[in-house]
Amino acid sequence: MKHFPLIWASLWRKRARTILTLLSIVIAFLLFGLLQGVNAAFSRGVEMANVDRLVVINRIALTEQLPSAFMTQIESIPGVKGVAYATWFGAYYQEAKNFIFAAPVDIDRYLQVVPELTAAPDVVEAMKRTRTGALVGLEAMQKFGWKVGDKIPLHSTIWPHGTINDLDWTFDIVGTYDFPSDRSQTMGLFFNHDFFDEARLYGKGTVGWYLVRVTDPTQATEVAKNIDALFANSPNETKTQSEKEFSQSFLKQFGDINFIVTAIIGAVFFTLLFLTGNTMMQSVRERIPELAILKTLGYTDRGVLTLVLAESLLLCVLAAVIGLGLAWMAFPALKQFIGVATLPSSVVITGLAAAALLAVIVGLPPGLRAQRLQIVDALAGR
Amino acid sequence: MSEAIVSLRAVSKAYVRGKQSVDVLQSLDLDIDRGDFVALMGPSGSGKTTLLNLIGGLDQPSAGSISVSGQRIDQLGRGALAKWRAANVGFVFQFYNLLPMLTAERNVELPLLLTRLSKAERSKRVAIALQVVGLADRARHKPGELSGGQQQRVAIARAIVADPTLLICDEPTGDLDRKTADEVLRLLQTLNRDHGKTIVMVTHDPKAAEYATHQRHLDKGALVDEPASA
Repeated sequence: MKHFPLIWASLWRKRARTILTLLSIVIAFLLFGLLQGVNAAFSRGVEMANVDRLVVINRIALTEQLPSAFMTQIESIPGVKGVAYATWFGAYYQEAKNFIFAAPVDIDRYLQVVPELTAAPDVVEAMKRTRTGALVGLEAMQKFGWKVGDKIPLHSTIWPHGTINDLDWTFDIVGTYDFPSDRSQTMGLFFNHDFFDEARLYGKGTVGWYLVRVTDPTQATEVAKNIDALFANSPNETKTQSEKEFSQSFLKQFGDINFIVTAIIGAVFFTLLFLTGNTMMQSVRERIPELAILKTLGYTDRGVLTLVLAESLLLCVLAAVIGLGLAWMAFPALKQFIGVATLPSSVVITGLAAAALLAVIVGLPPGLRAQRLQIVDALAGR
Repeated sequence: MSEAIVSLRAVSKAYVRGKQSVDVLQSLDLDIDRGDFVALMGPSGSGKTTLLNLIGGLDQPSAGSISVSGQRIDQLGRGALAKWRAANVGFVFQFYNLLPMLTAERNVELPLLLTRLSKAERSKRVAIALQVVGLADRARHKPGELSGGQQQRVAIARAIVADPTLLICDEPTGDLDRKTADEVLRLLQTLNRDHGKTIVMVTHDPKAAEYATHQRHLDKGALVDEPASA
């Protein structure tokens, strides 16, 4: 620490150049924080996926429906503990930007298959009693300022009722649900499938997908095969996947987010490597006589190398902390798009490790040059 | 009987420049006693600075032996030599060679960063060194805010702050006007007389050499006089 003033002063020797370099690294790490944060948010659904749950969809596409009658057949397969179903409702509240996940379900079945989702028993009973009743997640309640007892209009982008142009549905909020292990999952709403099935104009007697809970997770693959075999060569062939595989393939619909993010960040850091590397080389080149003086005063070759590396580390880590800090501050504003309000700590740790690696890569060539410096030649300007 | 603090025996130094080898010093013997203030004089290219660099442990001889305070510094590796310099030698250069981004006190503190002294002890020593050179009131100034003479005095404070036995001065007044040069030389003389520092100074200036207790002359890489007091 006693060398910190020397390292700090050396860093700011050319103030304008250091500020510009610092800014470019800050922006790179801001981008890194935002993109990796978004990537982590997207991947989180995959990480959170339950190992003892399967998702059954229409083999053609997720958007194709499956007959409701499949449920009892799936239930009869050995190894199946419970079956629930849901349908994509494609809802928003008042404006298209207010997207909300909404799905018609049989609430008893859904709670049995997805036990992570919690709701008070009286609330569940109230929903079953109320045809237009809806259970709303805590975050959705908070975001839209809803209260239990409110009558809320939701616009479906898929399902009309009454007439073909009537896509507006009204629900009565009977209570709330929580998802303690992942609060972002509470940005949604569940309502009665029976009401939905009666009211919708088409698609009656179908569901969007089945969720199957298996007795033994090690038998999940076998159960999945048996489900698909049961409906093979039928008009509605199925595709059964683990919840993790399903989440991954769902994300692939948007493109390979991970690849895109990695490619962008890779390009940014590759450019940064040359920019910062050049700055460090130039900075050390200009200070050859000063480094020679340090050696004259008794600094060893390794000591001078350490000083240059420490300067590089200070520049990169300082910029990374600022960049990641800005990303951290920006995250709450992104919550409505990605459902996560805080920058994951894994991204911060990876970012700081990347900054340290960058510092070593750009600091090592000038550091080694400083280490090899011959005092007599340097002082003589050779 | 006087005690030789610096002792050179049959020291030669050759530099290889391209394909050519240039002999700068040839089989040179030299003794400098503790408490001496020696002025090394001679024409350009005579080997004065090379000799100074060898005595200060900045360079190694091609042949011969160099002992300082009884230690054979020609046998030390680069790392050991660096540590030896930190503990035993203070350097003053013609162009001051201060670090421009550090204040005077931070420049003076540099050699002490290599010691185990506490921050308080370092600050105390820096304050004393700056007081000795008469710049206590300029401690917070950066080199660019000081005159040439003041910068050289900061460099001298940096050279003495770790209390070395030997001061190596390479044309310390070469960049100063006469009046300022005299001030700096008087300061060196005080350090020699009152603080017992052994000083080896390279100079072209006969007037500067008059401040030394001994003058030695080099020409073509060899001493061309017998040791004599000034």
